[in-house]
Amino acid sequence: MALPASPSIRRRRAFLSLALTAALALAAWAMLAPVQAGSRERLFEIPAGTWKSRMSGKPVDILPSEIRLTLGVQDILVLRNADDVPQIFGPVLIMPGQSFRLPFHQASDYQFECTAHASGQMTVVVDPLPTAGWRRLAWRAATLARQLRG
Amino acid sequence: MRVPVQLLVALMLSLPLHAGAQAPALRSGEFTPPRMAPDFTLSGSDGQALRLSAFRGKVVALGFGFTSCPEICPTTLFELASARKKLGDDARDFQVVYVTVDPETDTVERLRAYMSGFDAAFLGATGSPDKLAAVRKAYGVAAGKVQGAGRAPTFNHSTFVYLIDRQGRLRAMSPYGRKVDDLVQDIRVLLRG
Repeated sequence: MALPASPSIRRRRAFLSLALTAALALAAWAMLAPVQAGSRERLFEIPAGTWKSRMSGKPVDILPSEIRLTLGVQDILVLRNADDVPQIFGPVLIMPGQSFRLPFHQASDYQFECTAHASGQMTVVVDPLPTAGWRRLAWRAATLARQLRG
Repeated sequence: MRVPVQLLVALMLSLPLHAGAQAPALRSGEFTPPRMAPDFTLSGSDGQALRLSAFRGKVVALGFGFTSCPEICPTTLFELASARKKLGDDARDFQVVYVTVDPETDTVERLRAYMSGFDAAFLGATGSPDKLAAVRKAYGVAAGKVQGAGRAPTFNHSTFVYLIDRQGRLRAMSPYGRKVDDLVQDIRVLLRG
């Protein structure tokens, strides 16, 4: 005959059961909940004073060499020049106060020439809208990991 | 005064349409606010001086490339020719201008032969290296000669097509590889805008 579990073991079991239920609920949410972003646009802005900083020898790195977007969630790249001189931003010459809004309609890897990067190229990776299930879970995990990395 | 019921109904039905009427968004990359497209005068493949602002009233697709380009330029020009066919009657107000990045090779005659292979209405443009460099700078176009080992030199160049509206404003840039139907839609939006 098994001995009754001590109160501390019962507490530990209850905690583990609760944690497992919470993890399963979170995974179910991540697999099934529709994906959405606050805005379809992903904005990169050249702040005012960038040209002066560059002229004073201070490197300013605004645009990453790889940008990831997701179709139907966040699939519009917006480049904005808030500086007071024209700027080559990625593949585009943008006037002061001007924005360039580039929507993507197909999941693919897009290569753009970009003089700001050593490779001379900038890649925009447009992922397909993740379907419910493992793909959506993996997409959410990857997105979270990217956000944590900053 | 009595107003016919049918007229009132027609007015009521048309109100939401007008309230919601809005030009559809461009599928190409769009500039906000648009600036005037930098003007230039080069030698056109038709043997005449080609001044960009002379095309006011038309929508212009402006591209940069070279006639020996193995892939990007022929594909782009083929797609522009397909778009022009799909435009039907609207094609009268659509002009393609392709500016060479290789003035050493691309003479007026060579450009004429090359462009007419895609569409007789397309115009190529060339000029002195300095003039062409100034045009590229005004549009933010990158182009560089690449000397391949044992091969003829080639050029890396920007692959966007610039879309200029009837008023001469630089409205959008269409990236390489976009669907022809997207291009057609954007040209129609600019023609009606």
